[in-house]
Amino acid sequence: MKYYRTHILIGINETSQQAGVKEFTDALHKELEKAALQEEVNVLQTGPLGFFGKGICLTVYPENVNYENVLIADLPELVNEHFLKGRPVHRLMLDAGSKFSPKFNYESRIVLRNSGIIDPENIDEYLGAGGYEAWEKALLQMKPLEIVDEVKKSGLKGRGGAGFPTGLKWSFTSPIECAQKYVVVNADEGEPGTFKDRLIMEGDPHQLLEGIMICAKAVGASKAYIYIRGEYKLSISRLTKAINQCREYGLLGKNILESGFDLDIDIMIGAGAYVCGEETALIESIEGNRGIPRWKPPFPGVKGLWECPTVVNNVETLANVPYIIKHGAEGYKKFGTPDCSGTKVYTILGEVAYPGLCEIDMGTTLRTIINDYAGGMKKGFRFKAALIGGAAGVILNERMLDVKMDLSSLQQYAAVLGSGAILVMNENTSIVDMLWSILRFFRHESCGKCAPCRNGSQQLYDLISKIKKGQGTVDDLDMLLLIAETMQQTSFCALGQSPIMPIRSALENFRDEFLALIKE
Amino acid sequence: MYQEIFSKYTPTKDNLIYILHDIQDSHPQHYISEEAVQAVSEYLKIPANHIYGVITFYSMYSTKPRGKNIIRLCESPHCYIKGSENILRKMKNALNVGIGETTKDGLFTLELCACLGVCGNAPVMMINDDVYGDLTEDKVDEVFTKLRGVK
Repeated sequence: MKYYRTHILIGINETSQQAGVKEFTDALHKELEKAALQEEVNVLQTGPLGFFGKGICLTVYPENVNYENVLIADLPELVNEHFLKGRPVHRLMLDAGSKFSPKFNYESRIVLRNSGIIDPENIDEYLGAGGYEAWEKALLQMKPLEIVDEVKKSGLKGRGGAGFPTGLKWSFTSPIECAQKYVVVNADEGEPGTFKDRLIMEGDPHQLLEGIMICAKAVGASKAYIYIRGEYKLSISRLTKAINQCREYGLLGKNILESGFDLDIDIMIGAGAYVCGEETALIESIEGNRGIPRWKPPFPGVKGLWECPTVVNNVETLANVPYIIKHGAEGYKKFGTPDCSGTKVYTILGEVAYPGLCEIDMGTTLRTIINDYAGGMKKGFRFKAALIGGAAGVILNERMLDVKMDLSSLQQYAAVLGSGAILVMNENTSIVDMLWSILRFFRHESCGKCAPCRNGSQQLYDLISKIKKGQGTVDDLDMLLLIAETMQQTSFCALGQSPIMPIRSALENFRDEFLALIKE
Repeated sequence: MYQEIFSKYTPTKDNLIYILHDIQDSHPQHYISEEAVQAVSEYLKIPANHIYGVITFYSMYSTKPRGKNIIRLCESPHCYIKGSENILRKMKNALNVGIGETTKDGLFTLELCACLGVCGNAPVMMINDDVYGDLTEDKVDEVFTKLRGVK
């Protein structure tokens, strides 16, 4: 193994690709050669670095310096000053001009522990970081029910939105005697403002694969599908590469590691439908149908894909599993709160100083997340509201900043943690406008199967449009609630049951704003 | 002409979505023609109405011919509060088309889409496989000019 004194990590994501990261990397190599540093400085392309800068971002270890918006023209200066003479170039640093240093690397990380540190396209780096040890343990030393029990004990709950206990879900499928069972990974991330799963897949695809393998062994599935959005081109290519590497290394295929266990993983590419995030709609889509939800029960765990028992899990949920198996349920429960263990990956967006991605213990307050992890509000702006959990989430006001972000605490606010999306709004954002945009979204995404959702989402959109134009009445506000409540009680799936959450929270927390637009 | 695509997939219904993706991507006008639907129907032995059902359900498929560059502007809440409406107005004017329409020269089709998951750089659009973030009206001009120059 070769040793380098300095490692430069280049974050590869859609923004940096857009900024021409390929040419940039070539130019960096050339510049390092010019300075005869190619044997001392290692350049590594990796996934998202955990912060959002403009353009191409770099992290340099061991100094732990973050650069943003580095151009090819900056390279001679950067190489000469920093890599040759050891003087970081302040003008390019991410927090230039600010005393605040975001806690990029102090987060308690499980899911993102390798993200931005290893090369996601190289299985050897994942193996070097202790990867696939949990798979080996689960495969060779543990019985399926032991794995299920360990996950149950860990208290892991689904990270897709509903928060169903993962171990319990597996325990329905595991004991069923059946020739064919499936694991389906829900990577159809469509909740507006959410992209945690994309960053997990781009940053550390092997960790997800390891989670899938362990799940497959636990429930006795010999085939797994990753259902991924067609728009996520980079995730698709990274996962395809990772699966092929696993096949080469004998971690997937027939009789894996002489254990007698067979497993293969395939990628299914979605074609653009929010409702396919619903597990039965997703299964319909894999079968080659319109993505319309099925009647439950029977639940997919008993009768799912092609009528076979099928476990459907979110990307983030499965990415937690290797850690649980490796460190045991007790090791995992050190994170989070007693009734909600582990960490949560959030995407913080909007009017904060450092929008980005972070992984924090469950139960951290919204105030801490915004102030400590996102650097507080953007200079000169005041906090007004935060939309938590995407379109199917809730709009919180300032008084609720101390709400603990975990599944059971948020239930008090009739909210679910949902997708981990936090959208922070300043005093200039109109909540009515925001709600209009959310309801337009639901109108567009309703699949049309059931009348309450199909008609209700149109009615909600018409009402909010009327209010937005200043033509609404007080009765219209009540009608919004009544329709949304009816949808909640009568809709077929979670999509139609969701609009009540943003509507009720917006009307309760920001009623004045609606009243100001009501005509007398 | 579809044999090449069909030969990659066994004739089972679960391959329908893949086959449709491939047919659409290989067509210079990025759409699925009636003739293609007939061919798929014969290959998979499933009725054409089922195939149309699938095509019209998913937003990525089109049954109408489209331009060389398919613009998909995100209209989700985050991009919306970051000003995607202004960007949309700008695009309509610059291209002289409405939503879902194609320019006369066949270069651009303007579409709206749901969240692309690049919210850190809102407002965002995707043109074919490329994502463009932090859009301003000037940047839209710049991108269009560049794409018009590509032969």
